[in-house]
Amino acid sequence: MRIELRQRTEDSRLMVWLSPLLALALTFVFGAVLFAALGHDPLRALYVYFVKPLTDAWSLEEIVVKATPLALIGVGLALAFRTNVWNIGAEGQYTVGAVCGSILPVMLPEVQGPLLLPAVLVCGVLGGMAWAAIPAFFRVRFGSSEILTSLMLVYVAQLLLDWLVRGPWRDPEGYNFPESRLFEADAVIPALAGRMHFGTVIALLAVAALAILLGRTLKGFEFRVIGAAPRAGAFAGFSERGSIMAALTISGGLAGLAGIAEVSGTIGQLHPSISPGYGFTAIIAAFLGRLNPVGVVFASLLLALTYIGGESAQVALGISDKIARVFQGAILIFVLACDVFIRYRLHFLPARRAAARAEDAP
Amino acid sequence: MLRATILAAFAMALALPAARADDPVKAAFVYVGPIGDHGWTYQHDQGRLAIEEAFGDRVETLYVENVAEGPDAERAIERFAREGADIVFTTSFGFMNPTVKVAKRFPDVKFEHATGYKRADNVATYSARFYEGRYIIGQIAAKMSKSGVAGYVASFPIPEVVRGINSFLLGAQSVNPDFKLKIVWVNTWFDPGKEADAAKALIDQGADIMTQHTDSPAPVQIAGERGVHGFGQASDMDAFAPAAHYTAIIDDWSAYYISRVQAVLDGTWKSGDVWGGFAEDMVVMAPYTDLPEDVAADAAAMEAKIRSGEFHPFTGPIHDQEGTLRVAEGERADDGMLLGMDWYVKGVDDKLPQ
Repeated sequence: MRIELRQRTEDSRLMVWLSPLLALALTFVFGAVLFAALGHDPLRALYVYFVKPLTDAWSLEEIVVKATPLALIGVGLALAFRTNVWNIGAEGQYTVGAVCGSILPVMLPEVQGPLLLPAVLVCGVLGGMAWAAIPAFFRVRFGSSEILTSLMLVYVAQLLLDWLVRGPWRDPEGYNFPESRLFEADAVIPALAGRMHFGTVIALLAVAALAILLGRTLKGFEFRVIGAAPRAGAFAGFSERGSIMAALTISGGLAGLAGIAEVSGTIGQLHPSISPGYGFTAIIAAFLGRLNPVGVVFASLLLALTYIGGESAQVALGISDKIARVFQGAILIFVLACDVFIRYRLHFLPARRAAARAEDAP
Repeated sequence: MLRATILAAFAMALALPAARADDPVKAAFVYVGPIGDHGWTYQHDQGRLAIEEAFGDRVETLYVENVAEGPDAERAIERFAREGADIVFTTSFGFMNPTVKVAKRFPDVKFEHATGYKRADNVATYSARFYEGRYIIGQIAAKMSKSGVAGYVASFPIPEVVRGINSFLLGAQSVNPDFKLKIVWVNTWFDPGKEADAAKALIDQGADIMTQHTDSPAPVQIAGERGVHGFGQASDMDAFAPAAHYTAIIDDWSAYYISRVQAVLDGTWKSGDVWGGFAEDMVVMAPYTDLPEDVAADAAAMEAKIRSGEFHPFTGPIHDQEGTLRVAEGERADDGMLLGMDWYVKGVDDKLPQ
């Protein structure tokens, strides 16, 4: 017998709902086998991984803290990817956003007042937008691939941050260690509960705004048409260049906002490593959320849960963080693989017909 | 009968607090790298295992590895405080502010932060005087090098690393005043690929002695492959390059960790700052191998002199790169100068970001 994948004429509505459940089931089976092979009680391991983090307020807060930058960046990337603009450099836009947002608190620490925080956040957004505008400009002016240019600018951004915190922005009372001064109270995003801060509310507003933009407005339609069929868009009078510029700068601005929100709300100062790869993980969040703003929120929460759960498993079961990462990887593979069944269906060919077909083949 | 009852009551009263004392002390470790790095984190984990061995059932240890310095660190530290840890060791400089933040929220938990400078009633700091070992390997390097050039794979230009570079070169210059040192900054504590590339580049530039302030054995391994020599860092790396490995500067945290856990058990733990070297057995030299007898004997003699306090690696006259006299003839740099060191000694072929 042979198995073939055949494209469906229409996406399967059933599989849209069934595929995540299937992925979840496969993940559980895989996890159970993996943990059992390592000599752990599989049920307890899965409990520690997926359920325990949801059972107390602190780890729920931590999941939200972790998901906030992912959702902010991911929702912007969803817009860009829908427009067929491949912004791989969100990590760099995040970093430059954090740097630009830190200009006031670090260089002019004596500036205080209620307007400081909004100014800090706006600077962060502008920084991210400016950084994303560079690959956007090269794409529309010279046709260079934004995949490469945006990615390479990540390294430039990281080195810029590195240079600043080791050089001009180093804390004068910091014994030469590579970190900026701590932000004063007025420059810190107020906390909601625990480490959770108002950045989460801003992220939800951004998600709502983009959901409306993409789903309900002509501009959103324009993005989608340009992404799916640029020539058709051109006939409709939509500007491809304008859409590319807008998609890149909006996603850059949101990444920049995520950067300054993380630095101001969670870390409280600049230092050389302000991101555990949020800009790259958000690419996964965007696809896992099927490039839908609301989906991105859930995908970010799921990714955050796998991180917190992985850490919880390291501590509670004493498994190595490599195993935690293998498991995280497996979850993503199952989720993305099961999505194949939305657009394709399995077709079983009996052995005889498969053989006959093979003979027909040249 | 009455007496028996009273005795029983006494026994119960005694048994209750005794039962609590039998609860094992929970000691937790937050590591910046993997415990299999065979360098920095590996040595801290050896310290954790030494605690388990020393206290048996009276202690329970927990750890989490590969915690990035950044937004995740605070959560990893707080997790232990919430899981009921009595003492938490955070073993990288970048964990300083997160440690202090969490310590404020958990005043009953003791925190120990390696290589930092911020302390509180429940936050102590500790570090080791690695520079003592650097002086010795600097002397060995200058004696063994044919090209007169050593290569240094460096992590981050913080005082600890700059101090090591200076101490190495001062040791080398005490043998050969014209000794040259080339530095590559890799901007990471642990990245075997980057560390190896840096070592290759340094050897291509004429270095025939390799040393490092990063955590993996990659640089000394490359030295072995290229037929030059090098030193281990943080732990004995002889197994990774037997022919190339002269000695290593070993960080030995076991004694310190055992003493701190003992203090928690005794209820005598106090915040403070410990900066130990050879004298405290916190820094130990690995066996001197593949060296001529006189070089090995000189190295052992210098080790003894530093241990006894007869000699200090930062003894004047020491000039910086601009030629300014930083430590006068016959004087020793004090700990304040060492802790804030942000200048190179004369002869370093590199510029520090200012």
